[in-house]
Amino acid sequence: MAFINTKTKEVQVKLVFVGPGRGGKTTNLEYIFKRIRHRIESDMVSIKTQGDRTLFFDFLPFELGAIKDYNVKTQLYTVPGQIKYNATRKLVLKGVDGIVFVADSLVDRRESNINSLNNLKDNLRFYDIDIADIPIVFQYNKRDLATEGMPILDVETLEKDLNARLNAPSFTASALKGDNVIPTVKKAISKTVVAIRKKLL
Amino acid sequence: MSYILDQEQLDGLEEALTTDLMTLGIQSVILIDMAGNVIVNLDDGKVRHDVYSLAALAAGNFGAVSAMASIIGEEEFSLLFHKGKSENINFTKIMDDFLLVSIFGNDVSLGYLRLKIDEVIEKIKGLINRLQSS
Repeated sequence: MAFINTKTKEVQVKLVFVGPGRGGKTTNLEYIFKRIRHRIESDMVSIKTQGDRTLFFDFLPFELGAIKDYNVKTQLYTVPGQIKYNATRKLVLKGVDGIVFVADSLVDRRESNINSLNNLKDNLRFYDIDIADIPIVFQYNKRDLATEGMPILDVETLEKDLNARLNAPSFTASALKGDNVIPTVKKAISKTVVAIRKKLL
Repeated sequence: MSYILDQEQLDGLEEALTTDLMTLGIQSVILIDMAGNVIVNLDDGKVRHDVYSLAALAAGNFGAVSAMASIIGEEEFSLLFHKGKSENINFTKIMDDFLLVSIFGNDVSLGYLRLKIDEVIEKIKGLINRLQSS
């Protein structure tokens, strides 16, 4: 639910990173924070369990620049990936404007990716949003594990499992190393801003 | 979905919050939506809070409390208050999608503040009801 403030000429956009537990959503945000911390005033906020897992959300606000004289203030959130935290996951999705789906490339996480996407569809439906109608970008994370001999899913399989119907932009990435993290979020923001821009024109 | 507030509405909101709440001597008042967006942010000039993080946490916090209400069979807890040693926070829901966050010291009476909040909420509802939603 982007808010357009005509007085301060500011647009606030909410982008949420979703995906299975331990898939790298928080690592994405931590990498982005590391890259932009020199030019933002806020800290990254994390609500974690004692075991360092995301309990509620991570939050990172930053200014993106301007479109049509309006400053775009992007608010990045992650949700907890674990199945048992669906109540809080659903809360964070309230008012979402765009989504980054962070899939885990490990072979044994294939089913978790599919279940997580189905859960996202259900949670969006709760807010009367069809997944096909919201800006979404896929990130196939942990590609670096292949170099360590770990079995990972090929991109064709991930695309078929997750993106066959949506046909959304997708990126292979390593959030840990920072590979393709920024291009993923840039794409997600631009897709979201394009959707909102129509309302400003 | 997105929504737009025009200059007149935002000026009206600022004026109502300044006249009815800031003059009580409270530290700051923030009007946010339930997605965590900041609509109006006023303070006494002496504080410098990270308002955007505060808004995200306030919206999440209020959402969590509402979910708890639903679990125990309550429709909602429309008021939420956190007491600190010297600063306190009061949350008041406005219609379905907005939340008023008031931060104040112990020198301000909570009862009187709530009375004034009830008054200002009626003004806010009038202004927001003209919302151009799309």
